[in-house]
Amino acid sequence: MDIKRLIIVAVGGQGNLLASSVLGEAALLANVPVRMSEIHGMAQRGGVVESAIVFGDAKSTIISDGEADLLVGFEPSETLRALNKCNNKTVAITNLSPMPPFTVAIGKGVYPDLNDLQEKLRAKTAKLIAFDAVALAKTAGNVLSVNMVLLGALTQTAILPMSVEHTKQAMKNKTKPAFLDLNLKAFDLGYEAAAGA
Amino acid sequence: MHKLLTNDQSKKMMVLGNEAIARGALEAGLAFAATYPGTPSSEISLNFFQISQESDLYFEYSANEKVAMEMAAAAANSGVRSMAIMKHVGLNVAADALMTLAYVGVKAGLVVLTADDPFMFSSQNEQDNRYYAKLGGLPMLEPSSVEEAKEMVGQALGISEQLQVPVLFRTTTRINHSTAPVDLKPLNIGKPEGKFDKDPMNYVTVPAISRRLHVKLLEKLEKAKELSETSPFNFIEGTGKWGIICSGVSYNYVSDAVKDLGIGDKTRILRIGFSNPLPEQKIKAFLKDCDQVLVAEEGEPFLEEAVKAFAQEEALTLKIKGKDKDLFSRLYEFNPAIARQAMANFFGIPYTPPAIADTSDVPEIPNRPPNLCAGCSHRATFYAVKKAAVGRNTIYPTDIGCYTLGFLPPLSMADFLICMGSSVGTAGAFSKVTGDKVISFIGDSTFFHSGIPGLASAVFNNHNFTLVILDNGTTAMTGHQPNPGVQMDDWKLDGYGRVSIENVVRSLGVQHVTVIKPLKINKSIDAIKEAIDYQGVSVIISEEVCVLFAKGLERVKKRKSFRVTDRCKNHQDCVKELGCPAFYMADDRPAIDPVMCVGCAVCAQICPENAISPVKDKA
Repeated sequence: MDIKRLIIVAVGGQGNLLASSVLGEAALLANVPVRMSEIHGMAQRGGVVESAIVFGDAKSTIISDGEADLLVGFEPSETLRALNKCNNKTVAITNLSPMPPFTVAIGKGVYPDLNDLQEKLRAKTAKLIAFDAVALAKTAGNVLSVNMVLLGALTQTAILPMSVEHTKQAMKNKTKPAFLDLNLKAFDLGYEAAAGA
Repeated sequence: MHKLLTNDQSKKMMVLGNEAIARGALEAGLAFAATYPGTPSSEISLNFFQISQESDLYFEYSANEKVAMEMAAAAANSGVRSMAIMKHVGLNVAADALMTLAYVGVKAGLVVLTADDPFMFSSQNEQDNRYYAKLGGLPMLEPSSVEEAKEMVGQALGISEQLQVPVLFRTTTRINHSTAPVDLKPLNIGKPEGKFDKDPMNYVTVPAISRRLHVKLLEKLEKAKELSETSPFNFIEGTGKWGIICSGVSYNYVSDAVKDLGIGDKTRILRIGFSNPLPEQKIKAFLKDCDQVLVAEEGEPFLEEAVKAFAQEEALTLKIKGKDKDLFSRLYEFNPAIARQAMANFFGIPYTPPAIADTSDVPEIPNRPPNLCAGCSHRATFYAVKKAAVGRNTIYPTDIGCYTLGFLPPLSMADFLICMGSSVGTAGAFSKVTGDKVISFIGDSTFFHSGIPGLASAVFNNHNFTLVILDNGTTAMTGHQPNPGVQMDDWKLDGYGRVSIENVVRSLGVQHVTVIKPLKINKSIDAIKEAIDYQGVSVIISEEVCVLFAKGLERVKKRKSFRVTDRCKNHQDCVKELGCPAFYMADDRPAIDPVMCVGCAVCAQICPENAISPVKDKA
């Protein structure tokens, strides 16, 4: 089996650990070897959370620079910051709804221009899928379902060796039953957004 | 039921490395565990804490790692299988106990888990704790993966019991915080009930006895060496002439690199999992089968130096290298690309690294450092101290906890930090030799961990400084664990005592003690001014529950969030002096995110125009 490497970057609180957990479960259901690694020590204090997930027959749980097949960014400036994980064959997906870090408010940095950010990502990767995932999450009924919107988008690329059915079943196993319908709607909206990109 | 207590072994479970270690120990008869929390080991203990509430397992959060080690030492010498769990620097604290416990030994298995942190994701150094095994004469096991960690920890308990000596189980962050599917075996949680057979001639380490115990320890190490020689954790893969000796996660990167470089027919890998004592004969035989050997290990050249010494004994002259500027670094953690490049360089294989996206034309992206939470009481305390000390030459030693983040601008309230408790221990000397006003910061848990001796010493030696104890009612940084000062009602648990920080401080003889509520800014500033005017040791206890922790507490009422009103004249003191992440700039004016704001009202108290008010109830 081909090895596929996925990097997810997010800001603490955006729910990327749940997204990773769903993908891990989907891989188990699909009988795909999977390993992941997370750095999340200070996630609750507003820092960056990075998950590396390796599908297929590899022993490593981390992904070196330039070696991601798929990059999913939950926050636009964090997607751009993770560009060093990409090469010209990487598919990048980014949410376009910014969460400026506090350093911007106290004048210690300038938030990147969103058009320029997309141009840079598009020029240096094989494909960029960029859309406002927060808006779609709101349409689905809860802004917190951004993670499921992006899960739908990354599933649509069909880069990872798990089917839509496996991933949806994993959502049933891993997310709260009360939110399942909403999460599935969010997933579908993300899937459609990626299909149209 | 806790997920790790399931007896359904029909399917694999996706678990974090730390969960795998907890489950593995529970499958191997663990009955007793003690810890002081520390990343990257914290989830092992957190799971034990939860599981102890539903099973026979005894678990405790001890005041520091040394106490945890002593607890485990006594339990294991009463015939109860035990674990002491800590991060790498925690073992420095526990080392005094461990070095002599090695002489005394154990009756039941005792595993000492040290979680090392290469790259210092959440630590003050990246010391390589494998040397503790050598220093103490302890057997050591090191897993390479989550699955192996689960199996190995059980084996470690068994080896400890067989040899009657504590076993060091050394992980790194990438084991603790990786996730992988594991197979489950039946649970076998022991009962924490033992019997202590008095034997002072082997237990009371006066010099005459210790001289004899050291001999016994060396005998045990000889037996450990035999186990290491035949251990399945020291295995060889491949039959080529290019040797690679590796341990821990380096094995994963080396294995993947062998495949990626297509050199499987040329290489021979010796993976060391039982790493003290080393399997001397196995390594010597391996060297004789190779014509050059690369040693891949994160951290210090622990294996490399031993392997070179073995080669010398056998008069072997093959090339052996590890730490070298074209090969592996002693710094930080490895990754697959580092291993691939080092192997290509060492074995002389043509190799082009993958083309990394060129980021030279990407504008600088604003940093996103972790920050004190919106409404964090530490921010209020730091602000009040800063205002109270205006006009003085100050030095601010700090300590280890969330409040270390106070070192970031705009608060910038941290000048010196080396270890747990150093805020107190360094204060007297800074004051003595500089004459500056020294104001130290320490959290409640860190105060109990190692702040108390420093304070006793300061009172005795009549030092002159102010210690600010930031009491937020929990060990927040590592995930809200209890400590001796907390109310255990918050965890819905009874049967615990509680130590009053104020009583401790007063009973140590501190003459000037003030308790403040830091969210009341002006009162706090006044109290701090008095404390820093005092000649001698003064203590401020700043009491306010951690905002993150408070979210789950019924006893803490939710407060209204605040907003910036039209009275704002754009001084921006709120943004520029507090650095609260609930603020953002909207059209170049401060605004407050009502979802993030928890209503601490600190900004409202410092606004010169009184322009920040609670959000009105909707009609």
